[in-house]
Amino acid sequence: MPDVHTHEPDDHDNAYSGLLVNDAHWAFGTDFEDPLAGVDTTTVPSTVDPHVLAQYCLMLGDDALIASQRISQWCSNAPDLEEDIALANIALDLLGQARLLLARAAAADPTVVPVLPADSPVPDEDRLAFFRDDKQFRNVRLVEVPNGDFAETIARILMLSTWRLAIMERLRTSTDAVLAAVAAKGAKELAYHRDFAGRWFVTLAHGTDESRRRLTEALAGLWPLWTELTETHPVEAAAAAAGVGVDPATVADDVDVVFEQVLAAAGMDRPAARPLAGVQNRKGRDGLHTEALSPLLAEMQVVARAHPRGTW
Amino acid sequence: MTETNPSTDWPLYEVFVRAKRGLNHVHVGSLHAHDDQMALLHARDVYTRRNEGVSIWVLPSDRIVASSPDEKDPLFAPSGDKVYRHPTFYAIPDDVPHM
Repeated sequence: MPDVHTHEPDDHDNAYSGLLVNDAHWAFGTDFEDPLAGVDTTTVPSTVDPHVLAQYCLMLGDDALIASQRISQWCSNAPDLEEDIALANIALDLLGQARLLLARAAAADPTVVPVLPADSPVPDEDRLAFFRDDKQFRNVRLVEVPNGDFAETIARILMLSTWRLAIMERLRTSTDAVLAAVAAKGAKELAYHRDFAGRWFVTLAHGTDESRRRLTEALAGLWPLWTELTETHPVEAAAAAAGVGVDPATVADDVDVVFEQVLAAAGMDRPAARPLAGVQNRKGRDGLHTEALSPLLAEMQVVARAHPRGTW
Repeated sequence: MTETNPSTDWPLYEVFVRAKRGLNHVHVGSLHAHDDQMALLHARDVYTRRNEGVSIWVLPSDRIVASSPDEKDPLFAPSGDKVYRHPTFYAIPDDVPHM
């Protein structure tokens, strides 16, 4: 059959096409997209153990949830109004990812969801966020340590978003349609987080002596938590083998390349700090956390726990 | 606090957002940023969080040349009585919106 090029009509044919719709409230931005539109959220791929899928979703969801809670502590405290809004946006993006991932964990394996009174209206993702204890959280320790100063927060967002973007880009081809949809949405958000943090990282490096000193200290302080991100937990290995997840060790080289580029642009050296050991080799993914997690959870969970039958 | 206030150190930028293809960029406000690229990121964060735009322009506020209220009469009053300049004598097709 001859290859005949036929012109597919698209919205570039008419410069006004975007206006030929009911847009009485266009200034408020009314077109919202459901990231899971058309995705079957009730079934689990037959190739994966539902408990593995749930545990894997908890890991990625808890990373986002705890990072979101930490970053949102900058609300009204950032150096400038513009930075305040930027950090709040990043925290909200991560909260949205956490919500979808925790809901997916609950759908895959309902036994991971904490039990509440029978008449409690609290949805599954909220039960997972607000009614689990520190040892049940599966996040890496990088996201739970205190914010420190602005340089530390920028360094942390750069580290987290560089790694998480690499994971999400591969997760778009997950055999779990829900994870693939979450990754497609998350990758766009994380690309922005990385861009924002990368620009600030270079700016602080080339700013004043003081900003460079603070940034250098911030990176050195966080570096012991870096390698944990690309260590493969048995759950991640099982999820990757089943085609639903990504083995974080497979993104280590790509993430390193990006980080080297940022460090080169900043004119900074890679810190030499040794990785922070676990306890009997158990780390964040095993539920073993730093002392910073419990106070964070206490603040995040206190209202929900006081009102287990509350509706919000 | 010995630190200087960044708001007074960073230059002011004006932000223009195009709501959708076919519309002009419209001035929506201003913000502070330490360089041009960061101004664009700030504009995205401050002014397009609710799906308001598909394109953003930012430019340093000190590059804008504005007319003065004192010049109102010589600049604008002479056009007030020139009814023949208004294109009100022909029909606009239905598929040309926002005219």
